[in-house]
Amino acid sequence: MKGKISLAHGDGGELAHQLVREVFVEAFGHEEQARWDAALLPLEGGDVAISTDSFVIKPLFFPGGDIGKLAVSGTVNDIAVSGAEPRFLTAGFILEEGFPVEDLRRIARSMAEEAKRAGVRIVAGDTKVVERGGADGLFVHTTGIGRLRPDRRLQPEQIREGDAVIISGTIGDHGIAVLAARGEMGLSPGLFSDCASLSGMISELLSSVRGVRIMRDPTRGGLATALVEICEDFRVTVQLDEAALPVRREVRGACDIFGFDPLYLANEGKVVLIVAQEDEEKVVKLLRGHPLGREAAVIGRVTGREQGRLLLRSTLGSTRRLSRMSGMMLPRIC
Amino acid sequence: MREILEQCSDPVLGRKLLDRIRKLAEEYKDRTGREPAFMEVCGSHTMALARTGIKALLRGHVKLISGPGCPVCVTDQKDIDAMIQLADGDGRILCTFGDMMRVPGSRRSLMEAKAEGADIRPVYSPDDALKIAAGNPDKEVIFLGIGFETTIPVLAATLKAAKERGMDNFSMWMTTKLVEPVLRVLLESKEVRLDGLILPGHVSIVIGRKGYRYLTEEYGMPGVISGFEPVQILAGIHRLLELVLAGRAEIVNEYSGVVREEGNIRAQQLMERYLEPVDEAWRGIGVIPKSGLDIRPEYAHLNAKRRFSIKVEEPRKTKCRCGEIIRGVATPPECPLFGKACTPARPIGPCMVSSEGSCAAHYHYMEAGDGS
Repeated sequence: MKGKISLAHGDGGELAHQLVREVFVEAFGHEEQARWDAALLPLEGGDVAISTDSFVIKPLFFPGGDIGKLAVSGTVNDIAVSGAEPRFLTAGFILEEGFPVEDLRRIARSMAEEAKRAGVRIVAGDTKVVERGGADGLFVHTTGIGRLRPDRRLQPEQIREGDAVIISGTIGDHGIAVLAARGEMGLSPGLFSDCASLSGMISELLSSVRGVRIMRDPTRGGLATALVEICEDFRVTVQLDEAALPVRREVRGACDIFGFDPLYLANEGKVVLIVAQEDEEKVVKLLRGHPLGREAAVIGRVTGREQGRLLLRSTLGSTRRLSRMSGMMLPRIC
Repeated sequence: MREILEQCSDPVLGRKLLDRIRKLAEEYKDRTGREPAFMEVCGSHTMALARTGIKALLRGHVKLISGPGCPVCVTDQKDIDAMIQLADGDGRILCTFGDMMRVPGSRRSLMEAKAEGADIRPVYSPDDALKIAAGNPDKEVIFLGIGFETTIPVLAATLKAAKERGMDNFSMWMTTKLVEPVLRVLLESKEVRLDGLILPGHVSIVIGRKGYRYLTEEYGMPGVISGFEPVQILAGIHRLLELVLAGRAEIVNEYSGVVREEGNIRAQQLMERYLEPVDEAWRGIGVIPKSGLDIRPEYAHLNAKRRFSIKVEEPRKTKCRCGEIIRGVATPPECPLFGKACTPARPIGPCMVSSEGSCAAHYHYMEAGDGS
């Protein structure tokens, strides 16, 4: 990899994957823990999960949330989908000279509210100010730590043919809501971002079901990219059923007009799970019983092991392979 | 409207049409000994045929050949290099449709030029470029105007707005393309045997059904104007087969909800007023006389080609076969670079980048499925 960093290196797709592989993995190594959204670390007295994330979204406030809420729920979700109970967060703020204190206060309060909802405490923080032009308003960085549920470890090595792939609700809401909030699309579909902390819902689920093999929160790069990563990391083949994918009409409409694919749009309050066939009904029922999972649905199945491919069965009955997002031009959405 | 669209992607109706198409195609094969061959002229059709799986589902029954309808793909490499070079120079803001950002130039793409510090802004509409110009009076704002008849009226409307607002820091670099001249070249060259054309729905909104009279009168070539939803495309292919089997060279408007006989007269007038026909160079084809539109001399101050002097060297040669793919002579997997040296993340030719490109459609939607 050579040349300079371009915006495409930050979109969560193929180039972002390449950047991580060829710069960071090369320098830091790729430990077993890195196959999860959080690193799972053995410690005396109980294993922990740790995750870190930066937030550079524009605009800072959008329907359904703001950069603060997103910075809390984003990190909380990475820990929760790794099978751990998020407990503590740290937050770093990079402020651009001239940023209104009132906006910062609003964002801080929003973070506090979301932390309360998610059952985590923000326990350490840092603030830096850079000269005008050195940042775009405000960037937030959070790191979270959680305790791994001792008896409920996820077991991706148990994934087998017939396992169900389940999504907790509609896809693409965040991506389209933020694009619309930027005012560049000339449309206001009246959509809200799905930005939310999933730790409560996931905790309830793991307390009553054993058959959850693996979870991810399909953020940047969308559902397709998240599932491609699962397929490659754990050598499984998954076939999605296009007709079963829950997509809001407003999102579908915006995608038709602008040529986006909902499978590649970001979500900030959804979890995708691979679940043992015998538990799928129970999981769907439990998710639907929670306010954040009302539109949960089985969207596909594991059809084989070893190959590491994601396939999509179209409504007309053909099958095609899905790859990581590449080449879509999306602005900063998380 | 939404209900109509949902009906248009109804899978049951879709599967019924697929069956009927296969039956008619067999009939054609029995009669002639070969598959019927249709060209989808429009890049959005190419993408839709791949994404919905229609192309794979009709393999062995109907040969669907991608045509020259992806605006970024047909743009000559020298023009692309010139546009990228425009980004250099102080005090300039280059605005473009997002599709252009990652198109490879001989030396670099716009995306790379942006990473190197050039002020390049992807916009969704040229009107956004006007807003940027109004907000940056000390900068020269240039919009890259690429497109077929679908986009050209929007570009003309932008020129009109810029003129009426008396903007002196806005200009447009145009490399637009027209459908008729390139179809004539393709049909006259007889490089590819074609039985019918799937005609572009969006372009037809502007030029109307009457804009295709030459196809039947001069070339005896039937065509169907089709929408973009799966059922609409299938209905279009079905109709085309019926025409071919009946030996009727007609242009049928299967998109009559939005395409009128005369087209959009206001859009045509707008184009006529601000633009004039010019010779354009097409990738893989060469210069076709009067195959594009550029800004009329009376509005020369809005023409970036008059405002800025750009000189480009001969483009770097690669093994990319985009040129042949655009003419329908080669398919993406026949290119030695396809999927190996050339991928959407590291494209070598524009067909792999554009959201309407044949190679991108093939790579994203047709590789390694079971093809059923």
